[in-house]
Amino acid sequence: MPEPIETSETIRLDVLRYRPEEEAEPTWQSYEVPLRRDWMVLDGLNYIKDSLDGSLSYRWACRMGVCGSCGMMVNGKPILTCAAYLTALAPGPVKIEPLRGFPVIRDLVIDLREFLDKLKSVKPWIVRSEEKPLAEGEYLQTPEELAEYKPYSMCINCLLCYAACPINALEPGFVGPAAIALAQRYNFDSRDQGAAERLDILSRHEGIWACTFVGECSAVCPKGVDPAGAIQRYKVRATADWWRSVLMPWGTR
Amino acid sequence: MRRSRRSSEPFFWALFSSGGMLAALVMPALALCLWVARPLGWVDFADLAKLSGGGVGSPLVRLFVFVVISLALFHWAHRFRYTLYDGLQLAHLYGLIATLCYGGATLLTVLAAWVLLRFP
Amino acid sequence: MNPAYRPHHPRWHRERMPIFWWLGQPAYVKFITRELTSLAVGYGALLLLAEVYTLERGPAAHDRFLHFLAAPPVLVFHLLVCAALLFHTVTWLNLAPKALVVRLGGRRLPDWAVVAGHYLLWLAASGAVVVWLLRGGS
Repeated sequence: MPEPIETSETIRLDVLRYRPEEEAEPTWQSYEVPLRRDWMVLDGLNYIKDSLDGSLSYRWACRMGVCGSCGMMVNGKPILTCAAYLTALAPGPVKIEPLRGFPVIRDLVIDLREFLDKLKSVKPWIVRSEEKPLAEGEYLQTPEELAEYKPYSMCINCLLCYAACPINALEPGFVGPAAIALAQRYNFDSRDQGAAERLDILSRHEGIWACTFVGECSAVCPKGVDPAGAIQRYKVRATADWWRSVLMPWGTR
Repeated sequence: MRRSRRSSEPFFWALFSSGGMLAALVMPALALCLWVARPLGWVDFADLAKLSGGGVGSPLVRLFVFVVISLALFHWAHRFRYTLYDGLQLAHLYGLIATLCYGGATLLTVLAAWVLLRFP
Repeated sequence: MNPAYRPHHPRWHRERMPIFWWLGQPAYVKFITRELTSLAVGYGALLLLAEVYTLERGPAAHDRFLHFLAAPPVLVFHLLVCAALLFHTVTWLNLAPKALVVRLGGRRLPDWAVVAGHYLLWLAASGAVVVWLLRGGS
């Protein structure tokens, strides 16, 4: 016999609101929402939007941890709100803030433009100096070659890693965890030939070197991507390249 | 300025990481033996004192001591530089901090080389 | 570093990072502690330098250095330094597999094996250091 879904219990959500046309600084607003066994934090926000206060703004889409748009700071930790049970946070109150380290446009909505520019700068696509003619067939890959980059390809751009990264908040230019991990995703792809181009971008200070390996990006990733590891491997690679070019300047790059 | 930083980071990172690895492997043992066990009288590294009488003759030993001192210093310089940038938000003092950290490590490295070369 | 600037948007809110952000959560406290062990490593280098310097200056100078090491406040401070050095070693070796990918026979070694290898290396290096010191440093 399943337990009843409806309960008389409620839980308080403290939401950091920002309405630029009304206020200069964000302010906290509290809402009581039903505490239901199968409700995620996102369901609580949807309840507010539908029944309590239609002016609350936030992003969400898939409700199944794939679209990567409902990331928020919940009790100070960046999480996907569609994947966190309200009951796990009971008795509350639950503090909900926009992702840290990004400009807030309104309420829980952050601006993604800086991230999208950084992402584009590392060429997260397969770069070929020359495409194979169609007649030669497809680019084949062994399971081992696939395994090299597959973990890094799981990224859903939810930006939890950026919110967890203090360097992202401190260094405006820092390319950041997800973008560097995605650069590695293509570097490690046997079909790709763009590693040198990406290294030119990422060997700048604002690329891999600004990272001091706090490691929280990997800890909060909902997809197990390990951006911190990707960045450290990048540093080793860039250092090896640098010494090779100094010690053997005649060698090819 | 940006351009030059691009080229120097791998150099200092190599010193930082090799220094960090070497320090991780030998420093705790060195510290516990020389600065805890010896003053407490648990062990008596009396033979070390004979070094001044010409014991540390082996160039290999001198090189080892030199490498440990120098790499440990550059490990400190690099890591502490970033601690100042991020921990105290002093990134705008980039030039001054880098000069003090790497300059200090370089000076002390030269001093270590000088001392070890002067050993009889 | 010419600090990079973010584009200003009058209607957007951007929170400033608090100066003591590294006290904000346990993971950051661990991070800053790990980073500050660099001070212990640098101090260790200075002490080693002082040791060889006084050895080079002769027995009297070296005795004075040993006397300094034996002073109780110095000893207590050095115990703290030892703790920091151990913390450096443990954090450094635990993170080694993040940067180092070891392949054996075309297969990538699991992280725990890389860590275990590093700990064995640490054990061997520490043993070698102790033996080397007991043999008089030559």
